[in-house]
Order: sequence, then C-alpha cells, then structure tokens
Amino acid sequence: MSLGARRAVSAYAFLALPVAFFVAIRILPAAQALFISLHRWDIVSAERPFVGAANFREIASDPRFWQAAGNTLRYVLTGIPAQLILGLGIAILLRRVARFRGFFRALYFIPFVTPIVAASWVWQWMYSPSFGPLNRMFEAAGLPAQAFLRRPSQALYAVAAMVVWEYVGFQVVIFLAGLEAIPRVFYEAAEVDGAAGWRLFRHITLPLLNPTLVFSAVYGTIVYLQLFTQVLNMTFGDQGGPLGSTLTVVLYVYIQGFQRFRMGPAAAATVALFAAILVITLAQLRFFSRQVEY
Amino acid sequence: MTARAAAGAPAVRAAAGRIPLPRRAGGDALAYLALAAGGVLVVFPFLWMLATSLKGPREIFELHFWPQAPTLENFRQVLTATQFPRWILNSAAVAVITTGSVAFFDSLAGYTLTKLRFPGRNVIFVVILSTLMIPTEMLVIPWYTMSVRFGWIDTYWGIMFPGLTSAFGVFLMRQFMTGIPDELLDAGRIDGVSEFGLFTRIALPLVRPALAALCIFTFLGNWNAFLWPLIVIQTPAMRTLPVGIALFSGEAGSAWHLIMAASTLAVLPVLAVFIVLQRQIIEGVVLTGLRN
Repeated sequence: MSLGARRAVSAYAFLALPVAFFVAIRILPAAQALFISLHRWDIVSAERPFVGAANFREIASDPRFWQAAGNTLRYVLTGIPAQLILGLGIAILLRRVARFRGFFRALYFIPFVTPIVAASWVWQWMYSPSFGPLNRMFEAAGLPAQAFLRRPSQALYAVAAMVVWEYVGFQVVIFLAGLEAIPRVFYEAAEVDGAAGWRLFRHITLPLLNPTLVFSAVYGTIVYLQLFTQVLNMTFGDQGGPLGSTLTVVLYVYIQGFQRFRMGPAAAATVALFAAILVITLAQLRFFSRQVEY
Repeated sequence: MTARAAAGAPAVRAAAGRIPLPRRAGGDALAYLALAAGGVLVVFPFLWMLATSLKGPREIFELHFWPQAPTLENFRQVLTATQFPRWILNSAAVAVITTGSVAFFDSLAGYTLTKLRFPGRNVIFVVILSTLMIPTEMLVIPWYTMSVRFGWIDTYWGIMFPGLTSAFGVFLMRQFMTGIPDELLDAGRIDGVSEFGLFTRIALPLVRPALAALCIFTFLGNWNAFLWPLIVIQTPAMRTLPVGIALFSGEAGSAWHLIMAASTLAVLPVLAVFIVLQRQIIEGVVLTGLRN
C-alpha cells in the first residue's frame, strides 16, 4: 500500500465514529423530522399515513401557533436591541476606566454561566407582585405596583429582561474584543482632523465594529428564536401564560409534541423554525462574503 | 489606563488597538459610577436568592430584605427531602462523559479534516458543518421516537447520546489545527510516529487553549441542558440538576425559601468554578466566539 493510501485509511478510521454519530444523531433525525411533519404520527397508533401538508395547514390555522410566532418575534425585536445597546454601552464604559476592568467584565459575565433553570426561578420570585423586591422598590420610589409575569401586557417583557440580563455579559466580552481589534491609527488620524467624542464613535467605531454587530445580532436572533427554558420555568404553573402572552415557538412544540403527543403538528412547527434559522444563516453568510477588509 | 488595559487580551492586539479617549477625571468617575450601578443590578438577583434561601417559611413574606434569623434549615430540607445529591451526580456524570467525548472525537475529526489528505475530505467537512444549522428542537421528536424504539428512555445513554459530538467543536478544532505546520508532522513521521501518535503527541498539545475553551463550553452546555433531558427523563432518580430543580420547584408551590435554597445549591458550585477559571472562560469566549 502506498504512503498516501495508508494515510487515507487512517483518515477514514479516525472519522468513522464521529461521522457515524453526525449521521445517526443529526442528519437522519433531521430527515425524520421532515418525514414526521408530512405524516399523521401519534405515539400510540402504529398506523402513520401520509397526510401531505395537513400538519402545516393545521398549525397555520391554529391561533396559538401564530401567537407563539408573534411572541417569538417580539422577544427578538425587544431583546436583541436592548442587549446590543447595553452591551456596547458597557464595553465602551469599560474601555474608559483604568482599574477594575477585569473585575467588572467578570461581574457582568456571571449570569451567562449561571444555570438557566435556577436563574429563571429566582427571577420569577423577584417578579412576585406582593412579595418580590421589585415592587418594594417601586413602592419606595412612589411608583404603582406592577403585575409583571401576571399581566399579559407585561409578562413577555419581564421574561425578555431576564434573558437580556443573562446574555449582556457575553455581549460585552464580544464587543470588547471587537473594539480592541480596531486599529488605533484610525482614531489618531481622526483626532488630527479635529474629530472627537460622538463623531469618533459615529464615524469610526460604529462602521468598523459593523461585522461584530452583525455577528452579534445574528447569533442573538438564533438564540432568541429558540427561547424555551426561561419561559417554561418563569411561567411554570401556566406554561407560556398568562393567556399565552409569553408562549414561544419551541414551547408550543413542547406542549404539542410531549404533552398532547401530537407529533405531526409539533414536527411541522420545528420545520418552520428550521426554515427561519436557515434563512437568517444564509443571509449572514451573504453579508460576510461581501465584506471587504479595511 | 495601561496595565489593566492589556489584561486578558493578547498584548499585541491590546497595544495596537486601545482607543485614546480624552481622559477627564470627571468622565471616568461617571463611568465608574455607571458600571458599579449596572454591576449591582446584575448581582441583585443572586443576593435576593441567597437572602430568601436563609429565611424561614414565614419570613419570606415579610418586608425586610435580609433574614433576621438566618437559618440553614432550608438547605437541609432540600438535600434530604429530594434526591438533590443524586441529581448533582447525574449532571456531573453526563457533563463529564459528553465533554470527554466531544474533546476527543471533535479534535480527532478536526485534525483529520485539515491535516490528512484523502478523497471526500471536503464533502465530509461540509456535511458536518451543515448540521450546525439544524436546531436541537427539530431533533428532539426523532430522538424521542428513536429512544422509545431502542429502550433509551430514562437511561444515562438516552440523556447524553445527543451531546457526544458537536459540529461546532469539529469546526473550531479544525480551524486551530490548520495552523500546525506540516513539517512538524512530517518530522514525526520520519521518526516513526504512528498517524494516531501524531495527533495525540504533536497536534493536541499545540491546540491546548482552544481545546480547553471547547471543554469548558461543552461542560457548561451539558450541565445546563434542559429541553432534551426534560423529555427523556421519567423517574426522579434519573433527573439531572436542571430538570430536578424545575420539577421540584414546580411542586413546591409557594415554598420560595426551599426553591431559593435549591437554586443556591445549583448556582454556588458554578460560581466557584467561574471565580477560579474566569480568565480562561472569558478568553475562551473571545477565542471561540470570534472564530464563528
């Protein structure tokens, strides 16, 4: 056997197990999810006839699905801007201070490594209308008490605030790295030309940080599209409530598939989610392939 | 703005990139004030959790923030009335085994896909990479039907099989392995090192920082995993920590002193590890995040 052939044999041997895993645990199940979405599939009956687009039509005519989809969009549209603005603001502040920078960076990062389930229950208790600390503070400040997770018009934003709290430290770290990568000469040149403060930020920092911003927005959007753990645990007694106001697509899938055992519609909803993530990922790839080096 | 500026970042990048902002004393004081205020907001939920966990069942409905008669009784109750220690062990076992598997198979695949030449290399890489776009939520239904068919429901294997490899890990390790000079490997070959030995003895030690970052994130991800374990686990003894806490808290009703004690028990070990490893963890985010 030639040297090249021997190396190829080693390569296939090394890859055999990992590739088998990817095929058996990711690729085939993804295909099966598509298959299930086109069949009537409940765990109990052995008969699983092909039903075409019936599952998709069913979720399309289910107001709960559209509520979940609308809510998920609302999480993205409130959480992502809040997270990006806070993250960038904190990162810029961190670059202004000389001491305790590492300390603050670590402090803001703690929620990101905190077990999400535990943190969600802590936040649920913080939001307690009668006994939670938030309403005590509102009271002390002379503001009216709020219902937070108990009122449909507030609950989604209360959950989104927790998710922002969780991810803002991660965002700060990413922005700090992005800011550090901006060559200093740009600022020096602009200062020679008399630019300062806001104009430096507007005309140098923001444009040069653009790839980092886009990456963060895309990554964050994909995370928010898959919100589940925080919502389920913060609204545990009334999953996705009150009145479905915090329901997300993934929670909808969980309830359909694993509480009502209606696998067909559940799989159809995951296929829709997959399509959304695919479109966002491809758009991002397009954006980055058009990028030019500065 | 000198010594601390370079902290945590490669010295070269930090020196090249620091923004020379005008340094007014007043501006800096405001920056400190804003950062401290934000820091208090970030930490506040933890203080509230700790304060509640030390209160008695009646005291949690009283108005003061800090317990007047701190007690460890809640912790005793959580640890004895539930299978909490078992849940911690379950989580640890699942996280350790999946992390070991990902560290080994992902770096081996990453190495092979950039350092060995063979027909089909790019196809295999693209196929693995494409699985990154498949959301876990799409897979849990097929995983469930598969687990029912093979009897994996409520078993350790059932909990951890989805986490044994990660496409992101293969991608990451391939990126870092690409930087290893081929001459180094060829020199090893001349010395009679086997192909597998080249991977373990030459390639792996050279990518240690990336490997450490991958291990930390894989561990955290599996330690915190919730959706799939919630589906596959059926008996209390098999619960992982997140599933155990969720279901315990759901049953505890308004016994917030117990729920917060359970949360504290879940948060403290992670916090301790984070304090020790915070620099590596945060640098790992930079290292891996920017390779995306």
